[in-house]
Amino acid sequence: MNETPSAAHEPAGAQTASAARESAPPQTASAAREEVLSVEGVSVRLSGREILKDVSFGIGAGEFTGLIGSNGAGKTTLFRVILGLQASTAGRVLVAGRPRSRRNPLIGYVPQKFLLDPDVPLRARDLVGLGLDGHRFGIARPSRARRELIDEMLAAVDAEAFADARVGTLSGGEQQRVLIAHALISRPKLLLLDEPLANLDLPSGQEVVALLARIASEQGIAILISAHEMNPLLPVMQRIVYLVGGRAASGTTEEVIRTDVLSELYGRQVEVLHIHGRVLVVAGDDPETAHQHAGPLTAAVQIIQ
Amino acid sequence: MNRFLAPVFAPGFFESSTVHTALIVGTLVAIVAGTVGVFTVLRGQSFAGEALGDIGTTGGSGAFLVGVGLLWGFLIFSIAAAAAMELIGIQRPRGRDLATGIVLGAALGLAALFLYFDTTTTGATITILFGSLSALASSTIPLVILLSAIVLGIAATLYRPLLLGSVSAELAAARGIPVRAVGALYLLALAIAVALASQSIGTILSTALVVGPAAAALRLTRRPVTAILTAVLIGIGATWLGIVLAYDSYSWPPVGHGWSVSFFVVTIVFVAYLLSGVPRQWRTRGRERAAGGAGSTIGEPRAARER
Repeated sequence: MNETPSAAHEPAGAQTASAARESAPPQTASAAREEVLSVEGVSVRLSGREILKDVSFGIGAGEFTGLIGSNGAGKTTLFRVILGLQASTAGRVLVAGRPRSRRNPLIGYVPQKFLLDPDVPLRARDLVGLGLDGHRFGIARPSRARRELIDEMLAAVDAEAFADARVGTLSGGEQQRVLIAHALISRPKLLLLDEPLANLDLPSGQEVVALLARIASEQGIAILISAHEMNPLLPVMQRIVYLVGGRAASGTTEEVIRTDVLSELYGRQVEVLHIHGRVLVVAGDDPETAHQHAGPLTAAVQIIQ
Repeated sequence: MNRFLAPVFAPGFFESSTVHTALIVGTLVAIVAGTVGVFTVLRGQSFAGEALGDIGTTGGSGAFLVGVGLLWGFLIFSIAAAAAMELIGIQRPRGRDLATGIVLGAALGLAALFLYFDTTTTGATITILFGSLSALASSTIPLVILLSAIVLGIAATLYRPLLLGSVSAELAAARGIPVRAVGALYLLALAIAVALASQSIGTILSTALVVGPAAAALRLTRRPVTAILTAVLIGIGATWLGIVLAYDSYSWPPVGHGWSVSFFVVTIVFVAYLLSGVPRQWRTRGRERAAGGAGSTIGEPRAARER
């Protein structure tokens, strides 16, 4: 959030959000593909601070997209705008070509923080069932069809084994899978996941990523997953939305994870390094000023990603 | 038959109209308190429930001064306090305790004043604080039925949104649930339930009947509906047993002076809560074995799950 590129960088933006949007018409390939989600020039200003600046990107059916940015880059705000929980100061969000409504059954959401006491008498299957009709009034009437659908969703996320356990007693990865089933059961076209890997160890995280990739390809559900690190997502991520200080660059990973594009986005010279199949974004920065920019500082070279 | 029951039910128990009224009101209150209590514990609003009960003291003492039924006093002040809490910001998790505490303090100051005016009537103070189940007029029954129906109606209508909201307010909001309106309506139901419980066992003990059976039930069950039913059964059991024991206690020392129903009800609820922890240990172990959940040191179930 401290990343505030000077105005001088703005017009030069070759691949940043604003420029990409202006040059959108020629990109016939992206215009032709059916967009589940279109974010068009979204800006958000909260108590005088610009959280999002002219963010534009689109997500096609069944695409796996990573929303990458450090803490405070605006990921959560962007999600809240897409979900209709936060009004944007400018721009608009289209879901399947239509302005999104407050409760949009086409969007499934998996929140980041999820603390449930082990004492809460809610089984995994109850939580999945609430995904089907939790917004309705009254008490759910049990039916064979409902039960079968819940079982199917639990199977889709490999959660049959703990279907009858209290949600609060499950591990982080298990809860994450139950929440994914909760989001999937309403048959959304787009699944939003807010930092699902943040509280997971590496193997659990890989399990979740593999599961999501499978869901995207098998069920044709587009996935937008936010993360502060992109490497765990690189094997499955088809497209990327890279947020820095509220500004975004988007496209395929090859289009975005490039020295010139990211340097423009960060507003300073950064290098994209490929090392053993991993990507590192580093900046040779002055240690005095480096702390003002995103990411931790390691020696004179700052590893941003 | 009567020979076996005689030691339990003292003579005249089934003929007493006081007992009839107490049983009817006590049962309705237990049903309402158990139902609302489960959501109260789930939503972590036990403190709000306690505060609404305490604030009922103000209403009760005010009603006594003015000369209207205690239940009206409990009701009006609990609902007004719930509205104040809602306005101050009980819907924000961090503002919750603050909103409750501020409203509680203000209202209890008023209660101090009202009770101060009632200098000659310590009996009223005792009734307000510790309940009057054994001294209820049967004319209160219709109002109790009406209020119970309102609360149960709210609980049944909001059942699923409330459950989802207690899991994650964010998740509920993303599903288009009007989280704040649902929370406010629930608070209204809680205020009425607490007013009813105050009528039954007194303002400062009312939380025991709302939160106690629910807390015990939550330790015993895995499903929300079962938890509500269990809480209701515990509440009814405690109320009935309390009424029977209080009736019997007239033949206990001190002679000619019965024991308080509220004492028995609250004590039984407390014992039920303690007992509910007994099967829990055993059940937790069983569940972990079945699910291979976190904390299980046995390697086999985890492998079985991953297969």
